[in-house]
Amino acid sequence: MTDLVGTRDIYGETLARLGEFNQNIVVLDADLSASTKTGVFAKKYPERFFNMGVSEQDMMGTAAGLAASGKIPFASTFAIFATGRAWEQIRQSIAYPRLNVKIVASHGGITVGEDGASHQSIEDIALMRVLPNMTVIVPSDGVETNQVIETIIEYQGPVYVRVSRGKTPLIFDESYRFEIGKGKVVLEGNDATVFTMGTMLYKSMEAARMLKEEGINIKVVNLSTIKPIDKELVIAAARETKAVVTVEEHSVIGGLGSAVAELLGENCPVFLSRIGIQDRFGMSGNAEDLLKYYGLTPESIAIAAKNVIKKKMELIHDPDLSCK
Amino acid sequence: MITSEEIKKLEGIAREIRIDILGMLNEAKSGHTGGSLSATDIVTALFFSKMKHQPKDPEWAGRDRFVLSKGHAAPLLYAVLAKCGYFSRDKLMSLRKLKSSLQGHPDMRKTKGVEVSTGSLGQGLSMANGMAIAARLNRSKSRTYVLLGDGESQEGQVWEAAMSAAHYKLDNLCAILDNNGLQIDGPTKEVMDIDPLPEKWQAFNWNVLTIDGHNFGEILEALASAEVVKKKPTIIIAKTIKGKGVSFFENKVRYHGIAPSDEELENAFMELRREEN
Repeated sequence: MTDLVGTRDIYGETLARLGEFNQNIVVLDADLSASTKTGVFAKKYPERFFNMGVSEQDMMGTAAGLAASGKIPFASTFAIFATGRAWEQIRQSIAYPRLNVKIVASHGGITVGEDGASHQSIEDIALMRVLPNMTVIVPSDGVETNQVIETIIEYQGPVYVRVSRGKTPLIFDESYRFEIGKGKVVLEGNDATVFTMGTMLYKSMEAARMLKEEGINIKVVNLSTIKPIDKELVIAAARETKAVVTVEEHSVIGGLGSAVAELLGENCPVFLSRIGIQDRFGMSGNAEDLLKYYGLTPESIAIAAKNVIKKKMELIHDPDLSCK
Repeated sequence: MITSEEIKKLEGIAREIRIDILGMLNEAKSGHTGGSLSATDIVTALFFSKMKHQPKDPEWAGRDRFVLSKGHAAPLLYAVLAKCGYFSRDKLMSLRKLKSSLQGHPDMRKTKGVEVSTGSLGQGLSMANGMAIAARLNRSKSRTYVLLGDGESQEGQVWEAAMSAAHYKLDNLCAILDNNGLQIDGPTKEVMDIDPLPEKWQAFNWNVLTIDGHNFGEILEALASAEVVKKKPTIIIAKTIKGKGVSFFENKVRYHGIAPSDEELENAFMELRREEN
């Protein structure tokens, strides 16, 4: 785990590579092609790249029109502008008619850093998850990002993919196979399960290693597809460990934590702790300082895991405690 | 050259379309009367004279595209599509009913001949731009037409898209503005003045034509002249009368979003049929 790779960089490279094989791929950006890395494609295939200027709503509509005519448009900008500024365009023009538009947004989460709250996106997953027909994916490293981009080109229908600004360690090797709607157990354990995705996967694995030294075994599950969520895997892991933590670089409202809570609440209620941004906005700072400030660290994940395990053990000794 | 026979034929079709629009709205007991009638002549000219399309093969790649950006004029589009033969005319009476393929606003997945789903205003021009870009990439001669409303032009996205179409020199795109001057809350001038329209579009680097939107000669001439303009998209600003064709609906704000009653329907049919003779 020494190689550091930005998922946005892999997005740009993969898109430029696949552009050669699939002439239907067209790319749109809203004046952020250097940051989203669609600029790599633009340089190679200028005739299939469309800079729409600073107008996200028009970009989404144009992408819809291209898809209606059989193209495979990728529309990119920062996550908050893609999903927030143009939400209703995505709803009306893309999700409702199930058009084959791939929205790949960079700068998800608070690790956007110094630009501060206006540019950080802690709501994008919630905003996309609520839309019928939309698939929502947050790849967790460079290897997975590459496969996600390859996979969604073959998939027919609207997809939202969040990539990140920061560089994170490679977790998967080339034998890894991404599949839409399938989670992956990356570390085995039966004391508690941590469900996570994106930049928080390696932090969660770090937490599991710390706990292992204390004799606590944590199952770490990569849920890179938030929608459709891998119901079987989530329920099975919860049933086995009976204590769950969700970890995401997103608001605890509406994102991965909510998706897992909704599913388990209806199928397999267990003690659950959601780590994420606790219903507040971000702020300026460097990425690592922000993660510490908002409690998105291996240490806080470990504490949350211990807490749910403790509640689980108390319940085993006194079943009446379930709602206390 | 547009012959007087051609014009007479289109006027006859437009009358029948208006009769169908009113009939289906009356049956549905809700829907948008005024804005369907104001654009009837424009859409009739497009589908029955201008556009290349094959109702028996709606997906034909070489077809011209039509985007109804002012999606609330769905009854008009449905009446035209049925008359072209995309689906049976009987279906019109299912407008707005549960599980009908004719939704309150156009749904491309439910209705043959509907190119994109619209209804939320201001989004059609962007989609039309995307289709025009795709046609260019495919080296297709297919043209894209988009019908905008004047109230709709208060949406910011319309102007983002206006900028894009000119920037990408989409000369295979032609927008038509149904300039009936009224919106739900009142005259456009009072609600939110969008004038001067020709100057605005000119400033956005479009080729601008201004016509009487109920004169088939002018409509067809403008559509033909748009085809020969190079390196610029064209907008035809068509001055229209909201509720056109039925005297007691014309220029009435009230009939933006309500359907004709049984009595109004009877009187409207009488007027339209009188005109026929």
